[in-house]
Amino acid sequence: MEDLASNYAHIKGWGIDADPKNEPTYPMKNYTGDDHRRLNYEKPPQQPVNVEVLHSNERPGITAVFGTSSPPSGMSGAIRRYAFKFSESEYGHWLPLLFADRVNVVEGIIDDLKRGYVPNILAEKGWNAEWKYNRKGLITKLAVGALVTATAVALLCRSNSNEDED
Amino acid sequence: MLAMNYRGPFRVRVDHKPYPEIQHPQDAIVRVTRSCICGSDLHLYHGLVPDTRVGMTFGHEFIGVVEEIGSSVQNLKVGDHVLVPFNIACGTCSFCKQGLYGNCHESNPEATAVGGIYGYSHTAGGYDGGQAEYVRVPFADVGPMVIPADIHPDDAVLLTDVVPTGYQAAEMGGIKPGDTVVVFGAGPVGIMAAKCAWLFGAGRVIVIDHLEYRLDFVRTYAQCEAYNFRSMQDPVLFLKKATDFYGADVCIDAVGGDAAGSALQTITGRKLMLQAGSATALHWAINSVKKGGIVSVVGVYGPTDNLIPIGNVVNKGITIRANQASVKRLLPRLIEHVQAGRIDPKGIVTHRVPLEEVSDAYHIFSAKLDNCIKTILIPPSARV
Repeated sequence: MEDLASNYAHIKGWGIDADPKNEPTYPMKNYTGDDHRRLNYEKPPQQPVNVEVLHSNERPGITAVFGTSSPPSGMSGAIRRYAFKFSESEYGHWLPLLFADRVNVVEGIIDDLKRGYVPNILAEKGWNAEWKYNRKGLITKLAVGALVTATAVALLCRSNSNEDED
Repeated sequence: MLAMNYRGPFRVRVDHKPYPEIQHPQDAIVRVTRSCICGSDLHLYHGLVPDTRVGMTFGHEFIGVVEEIGSSVQNLKVGDHVLVPFNIACGTCSFCKQGLYGNCHESNPEATAVGGIYGYSHTAGGYDGGQAEYVRVPFADVGPMVIPADIHPDDAVLLTDVVPTGYQAAEMGGIKPGDTVVVFGAGPVGIMAAKCAWLFGAGRVIVIDHLEYRLDFVRTYAQCEAYNFRSMQDPVLFLKKATDFYGADVCIDAVGGDAAGSALQTITGRKLMLQAGSATALHWAINSVKKGGIVSVVGVYGPTDNLIPIGNVVNKGITIRANQASVKRLLPRLIEHVQAGRIDPKGIVTHRVPLEEVSDAYHIFSAKLDNCIKTILIPPSARV
C-alpha cells in the first residue's frame, strides 16, 4: 500500500478511504437485532390527508408524510387510480401510469387555455437556447420538417385529385 | 412564488405557484438560495419516469434558508442556512435505522421500492422540489444540515446529491488499492465517481462517454483516462484489451436509462419505453467487469423490466450493488473531503442561470449545448 501510494502522490487524498471493513450498502452493517419487528416501529405522526393520495397496494395505508403536488384529476386521474390496483411488479401498474402522463399533457394544455393562457410551447421547449447555441442545427431541423410536411401535403393533394378524376 | 412547472416531455416553464405550507409537525419551509438541474431530472424531463404529473416542480438538489418550522422541529431554527439531502427520510423506520436513508418506508406512499425524493414524480412520493423560491421540507430534524461556515454555497448544493451519489458509486464498488475502475458516463455523477474512486485507492480510472467536451473535462478534473465509445467498434472489447483481456475490477454505471450507444436499447428503452430505459451502460458494465468483479449502479432506471444480461451476472459470479445514495450517512465524511480540498464540487459548475430561464437551462443540459456539465439555478428570492 505504501509503495502504491507513492505512485499516486499527485492525487490528493489517494487511498484515504480504502478501508477493507467498509461495507456501505449492506443493511446488516447497522443491524440492530430487531428487524423482525418490521413495521412495528414507532411511526411518526400522520400528515393530515386533505388531498387524494394513491398508494401502492404493496403496503398498508399511506406513509407518515407524502407530497401534495398534483393530486389525480380528470381522465389521467382515473387511469392512475386504475393503475394502482396492480402491484409495482406488474406492467398493469406502470404502463397505464405512463399513458396517464401523456393524457395529462393534453389536459394541461386544455387547462391553460381555459385560464385564458396560451402556452408558448416553443419557449417551454427551450428553443431560445437552441437558437442561441445551435442555430445551424435548428435551421436544419426546421428545413427538414418543412420539407417533410410539404411533401406529405403534396402527396395527399395529388391523391385527392386522382380520386376526383376517377 | 416562482417555481419551475413541468408541462410534459421536453416542456417546462416558470409559473407562479402557491407558497408551500407546513403540513406536518416535523416540516420546515425553506427559502431556496441555490438549486441544481440533475442528470436524473432529465429522465423526468424526457418523460421516462411513470407518474410524472403536469404541474409538478422538479429539483432534488437545493440549499436554502429556514423560513418556518413545524411544532416538533428541534434541530433547526429560522434563519439557518441548510443543505437538504435529496432523500426524504423519517429516521425512525427499520430501513432508516440501518442507514438506508434512500429507502425510508415512511416518506413515499406510492411505491415501496424507493423512498421519498423531492421533485421526483409521484413514484417518489409526489413532493414538489427545490427549483422554486420556497420548498416544503418534511422530517426537517432528520435530513437537513446547517452548512458549515467554511463551505461555499456552490459546494453545499452539490453535496445534496451529485457528490454523495458519485462517492457512493465508488464506495459500493468495494475498490481495493490498485484496482482498475471503469466509469460509464461522464455526466456530473460519473465525473464525481471517477474523482472519488481515487480516494478508495484505485490504481487506474477509465471513463467512457460519447461527448468530447465531457471527456476533456473529466480527464482534467478527475485525472483519469477517458475514451469516446463512438470511436470504438466495441467498447467491451476495447476495455478487455485495455485490461490484459481480464476485465476491470470494478465497473460503475453512472448513466441509467438515457444511455446512448445501442440502437436496440434506444428503440426499446428510450423510444418505445418497453423496458425501463436503455440498459446499454448496464450491459457494458456487466460485460466489461472481470469474473468475480463488482458492478456498482447509480444510474437511474425506470421501474419496469429491463433486458439485462442476468445470465452473465450468474455465470460470472458478479456482485451488483446499487442504490440511491444515502446522503445523510455520507455527509460528515464528504464535508471533511471538501474542507481538506480533496474534492472540489463547485469545479464542475459550468452554468449559473436565473430560475426564470429554466426552460432554456433544461434544454441546454438535455441537448448538451454550450459545453454544459452542471447548472445551478438562482431564484429571485435568493438575489435580494
